[in-house]
Amino acid sequence: MSNKSFSSWMKSGSPWVWLNAGAVSISLVMVVGLLLLIAVRGLSHFWPADIMAIPYTEPGKEVITLVGEAIDSEVVSAKQLSRVGIELPEGQASAERLLIKVGNRDYFGLDFRWINQPWMGEVSYPAELLAIERREWGEFYGYLSSVKQQGEIVVSGDAAFAELQHRLIRSNNLVGDIKSLAKNEMGKINAGLEELRLEKRKLELRSVADTSIQFAELAEAEKLLDVSYKDLQNKLAALYKELNRDQMMVVMSDGREVEIPLAKVVQALRPNAMTVFEKLVVYGHEIWKFVSGDPREANTEGGVFPAIFGTVMMVLIMAVLVTPFGVIAAVYLKEYATQGPIIRLIRIAVNNLAGVPSIVYGVFGLGFFVYFLGGNIDELFFQASLPSPTFGTPGLMWASLTLAILTVPVVIVATEEGLSRIPRAIREGSLALGATKAETLWRTVLPMAAPAMMTGLILAVARAAGEVAPLMMVGVVKLAPALAVDNIAPYLHLDRQFMHLGFHIYDVGFQSPNVEAARPLVYATALLLIVIIIVLNLAAIKIRNRLRENYKASES
Amino acid sequence: MIEHSLKDSVLPALGSPLAKRRRAWREFKDRCAKYGVAVGGMAVIFAIVLIFFYLLSVVIPLFHGAQMDVEAAYEVEANSSSYLTLNEYNDVALSLNMQGQVRFFAAQDGHTLLEPQLPLPSDVDISSFSKGAPSTGVFAYGFVDGRALVFKQAYKISYPEDKRLITPRIDYPLDQDLLVVDADGAALQLLSVQSNEEQTTLAAVTADHRLVINSIVREQDFMDEDLFTIEQTSSSVALSALTQVTHVQMDIDQRELYLVDNTGMIAYYDISDVAAPRLVQHVKAVPAGVAITTVEFLTGGISILVGRSDGQIDQWFPVRDQDNNYTLHKVRSFHEQYAEIVAIAPEYSRKGFVALDADGLVGIYHTTAERTLLVEPLVVDDAVMALSPRANGLLSVTRSGQAKLLTIDNEHPEVSWHSLWEEVWYESRDKPEHIWQSSSASNDFEPKFSLTPLTFGTIKAAFYAMAVAVPLGIFGAIYTAYFMSASMRKVVKPTIEIMEALPTVILGFLAGLWLAPIVEGNLPGVFSILIMLPVMTVLTAYLWSRIPSRLRNQIPDGWEAAILVPVVIMVGVVSMMMSPTLELWLFDGNMPQWLNEVGIDFDQRNSLVVGLVMGFAVIPTIFSITEDAIFGVPKHLTIGSLALGATPWQTLTRVVLLTASPGIFSAVMIGLGRAVGETMIVLMATGNTPIMDFNIFEGFRALSANIAVEMPEAEVASSHYRVLFLAALVLFMVTFIFNTVAEVIRQRLRNKYSSL
Repeated sequence: MSNKSFSSWMKSGSPWVWLNAGAVSISLVMVVGLLLLIAVRGLSHFWPADIMAIPYTEPGKEVITLVGEAIDSEVVSAKQLSRVGIELPEGQASAERLLIKVGNRDYFGLDFRWINQPWMGEVSYPAELLAIERREWGEFYGYLSSVKQQGEIVVSGDAAFAELQHRLIRSNNLVGDIKSLAKNEMGKINAGLEELRLEKRKLELRSVADTSIQFAELAEAEKLLDVSYKDLQNKLAALYKELNRDQMMVVMSDGREVEIPLAKVVQALRPNAMTVFEKLVVYGHEIWKFVSGDPREANTEGGVFPAIFGTVMMVLIMAVLVTPFGVIAAVYLKEYATQGPIIRLIRIAVNNLAGVPSIVYGVFGLGFFVYFLGGNIDELFFQASLPSPTFGTPGLMWASLTLAILTVPVVIVATEEGLSRIPRAIREGSLALGATKAETLWRTVLPMAAPAMMTGLILAVARAAGEVAPLMMVGVVKLAPALAVDNIAPYLHLDRQFMHLGFHIYDVGFQSPNVEAARPLVYATALLLIVIIIVLNLAAIKIRNRLRENYKASES
Repeated sequence: MIEHSLKDSVLPALGSPLAKRRRAWREFKDRCAKYGVAVGGMAVIFAIVLIFFYLLSVVIPLFHGAQMDVEAAYEVEANSSSYLTLNEYNDVALSLNMQGQVRFFAAQDGHTLLEPQLPLPSDVDISSFSKGAPSTGVFAYGFVDGRALVFKQAYKISYPEDKRLITPRIDYPLDQDLLVVDADGAALQLLSVQSNEEQTTLAAVTADHRLVINSIVREQDFMDEDLFTIEQTSSSVALSALTQVTHVQMDIDQRELYLVDNTGMIAYYDISDVAAPRLVQHVKAVPAGVAITTVEFLTGGISILVGRSDGQIDQWFPVRDQDNNYTLHKVRSFHEQYAEIVAIAPEYSRKGFVALDADGLVGIYHTTAERTLLVEPLVVDDAVMALSPRANGLLSVTRSGQAKLLTIDNEHPEVSWHSLWEEVWYESRDKPEHIWQSSSASNDFEPKFSLTPLTFGTIKAAFYAMAVAVPLGIFGAIYTAYFMSASMRKVVKPTIEIMEALPTVILGFLAGLWLAPIVEGNLPGVFSILIMLPVMTVLTAYLWSRIPSRLRNQIPDGWEAAILVPVVIMVGVVSMMMSPTLELWLFDGNMPQWLNEVGIDFDQRNSLVVGLVMGFAVIPTIFSITEDAIFGVPKHLTIGSLALGATPWQTLTRVVLLTASPGIFSAVMIGLGRAVGETMIVLMATGNTPIMDFNIFEGFRALSANIAVEMPEAEVASSHYRVLFLAALVLFMVTFIFNTVAEVIRQRLRNKYSSL
């Protein structure tokens, strides 16, 4: 009886329906799981985790104390453990291994260390443990013993922490001053010097005699700049002297006491002594630093502001380029061109270009824009600075142009679709009232198609923001020395190379020497990029729906 | 009322001049807009089409043949040269003859630049002449008393007043003294010389049928740079007196020696130990009736080119067999010339050569690509020729003194259909293979531009990705479009579709750094997920049909997917938890190692990982288009079918899927296009080694990833650069064709629906 009902159940096709449903479930679990994974890993990085102190005894060695943050753990079978020489007590099939971040890379050699549970003693969380974020060499964990000024101990003992915080504010301010001085003032002078060099070269190219007055003028200007350069150098030297005033003495987990200059310290926290609320404040601050700060240590630490800025700049320039051209092409295809087989062919071709691999656009951009167009622009307008190329090298402008070409089909297709949704009656009404075709287009059709154009644009932007492969050829670098916008004329430097969030992920995740230490940062960057792109996509959907409703209302 | 408003209207009267002017102005604007839009629109479309033609224009020069133009022709003294060289800038040439006369002259007009006197012994005649590898510029004269003189051409380049000035001179690597090659003092009838900083070796065949080899090693002292220790090694081998040796050639590394005799035999000696030369092989190189007329090394000193009396040129090189023994193999032949080959000039840095035959025809060849780039008449008399180091100039001087300087335009000889797609027998390889290896530090490297392994990698990636994406995408779409409740569909569809916008760099990063280690550590778990998921799904379905209907009816139809979500998660978690146990039971605790022992190579970043992640990236594409196609099937068809008594599943398979099948096909095509072109995932999730193996546990190198890796370093307009453009063009064409087919089918489908 039950057998029969099973076969009839099989026959009903129900298992197939369920299998199909399973496909949806798997897809959903993968999608949501992936987003959760990135979100959790990306966000947890900034939480000031507690620092453990573990007595650790390797067989045949003395007890040492390990200090660090727990990162990961895994269960290892007894068999695998016995391969590395660990024998578990009888009856125990597996043991845990912990990955801890011990920091102090300059002293210990390695940031991370796997330790075996069976050898661990009682774990404690001493309140006075200090986590120091340094400008170089990564995290430092230890116990603060004293604060020094010019090598003389100022405070030691319990009061030292408060004094340290106080002095850290000062040193961080000084670091900020030095940075702005070096970047803005020095940068201006350097740009001025470079400009003078180019002027000189231009004169030489025009074969003006060395003795002419122009050369004298240039030399005069150069002298002036040199003087102010010296001035600035002195100022900087004074600031550096100020900065190097304070030091701190810290005891490491192995008992050694080391000196750390405050100039090298970003912040020093006692996470074990912090309340949840305090941690939340630090958490928020860390996220802000990540979004607004500059990268350090070959991009494996610090913030990603230049990458965010580069991504946004590139996408903005691309949007400015792609919108008018995409819309004009769509209007031409839909409204002006005689509809025939040729236009149909073009339409299919345009449609398909959206599916052409982005790397192909990168190759095209490199060959055509950078080497061909850029090379010719250099020949024509920037001869003085040759052989070092100005536009004949990958840069922001070429990246934006390449992505504009890559995304123009998206805009064309979306706009065309919008145009075809507009009822004939509206066009005919306008024409019947005596408006010309151009007026009809401009006053009635295009405004009604605006949501479609907007959608196309936003989809284009979302796609452009996530593309990496073509950018690797036409302008993205792992570390750009300067942003594309600064205080030196002409303020917007389209020829500069730039950083990009997506490339940042690739570079830090795969090209950096210390992948393990950089991994959390990559997750955070990935999260940032996903958030940007999903928000853009949702915005596209929202805008489309809203504007569509508006027009529906006006139509009725 | 109307009249009133007309009077007050701001509009001018219909026929007034103002109204006419305004109408003309509006008409003008209208026309401007029309042409403006037309020009703008066509410009954009043109720009898009430009991509294809630009890529094509970069690729086309790869397939151009060579071209030769006469730059200068003049006369020099007759019978003056038996050997010629040409310098890098095609302006200075060197001519040597058997009388020991050496003359540097301007290649443009033949006037003498320098005529150095070699320190020749006054009372001894020259009996032989030899040249080293062209790139070394070393020569030697052998004398009838068994001694030899080694000398070398050298050019000093200076730029007085920004103009290039080339000063030629002769150097003596072994000082100016004559070197005793044959201690017995027999005449050196044939001579071969090679010399580098440390070692100079001479091999000679003497008049009394002996092969003598002499090697001088110069070692610089550690402490004092001017101190040298000189060590001389020599040996002598008796040769058969029955045959006449006609050619002796030593390779540039002074390790191999080839002797060719008048019966067409090649004797291959290993002379890496000069004191004890070893005859490796004696091989008949030509059929009976054909003689060997020329023997030259190809650059790099591995292959020899054998010119024959019937005009054929064979390439031979030693091939290692399983027992590590080397034997000479005839690798390829060129038979485009039909008269006796009188001279072969190898290129300095590429594996190409120029051959001159007795009819005065000159041929330009490339060995790796098996290309004959040009065969053209050059001279009408016996001649000697020299190829310049950049292979862009050729100088020939006939016996009667007719000199000709030609420029050669031959930019990309190393690429051909054969070298791109077919198996090529590269030097030092034991069989013909498909290899991609575009660059190396060495100068005489043989570039291996086979796109086959890369294309194979792309196909492999796409195959595994589609194996994941097609079932999930299509089944998921079927369910979502046809069975799922409307309220759930509203959430599910955008959720899956938004993944299409997910940057692939993030997926690649997760694949390489997160998934790959997990898969490696839990391989049995991964496979158990693949097997358990369908099983558990069907089991759940059956159990669901068994539970009391009161409970079952709590959840309406169309929510099966939601019920299955916890099942999927559970299967995943349980499989992962069971993985170490399974591994211990079945695979000795470590499945990757077990696989290696069984003979299956395992890489951490392998095709399985790529398949999973890239499949994930392609699912939204396939899902979205398939869903649209199924959802768009007119409702009256399904309702009709159901009304006739078919079950929903029967309706789906017999009506809906049939109607929507073109749409599903186009979805697969577009998904395939995406998988083929995807770059970041394959770049980050595989080891990028260009191997040809369909093993799921090994990596590959895809076309797109290869472009991304190598493009920034390729020299502009080099063959490598153009081959990468060709790879891009291939990707472009493939995806374009896939997409076009899909698009055409989709439009057909749309027309069909509208007529239904």
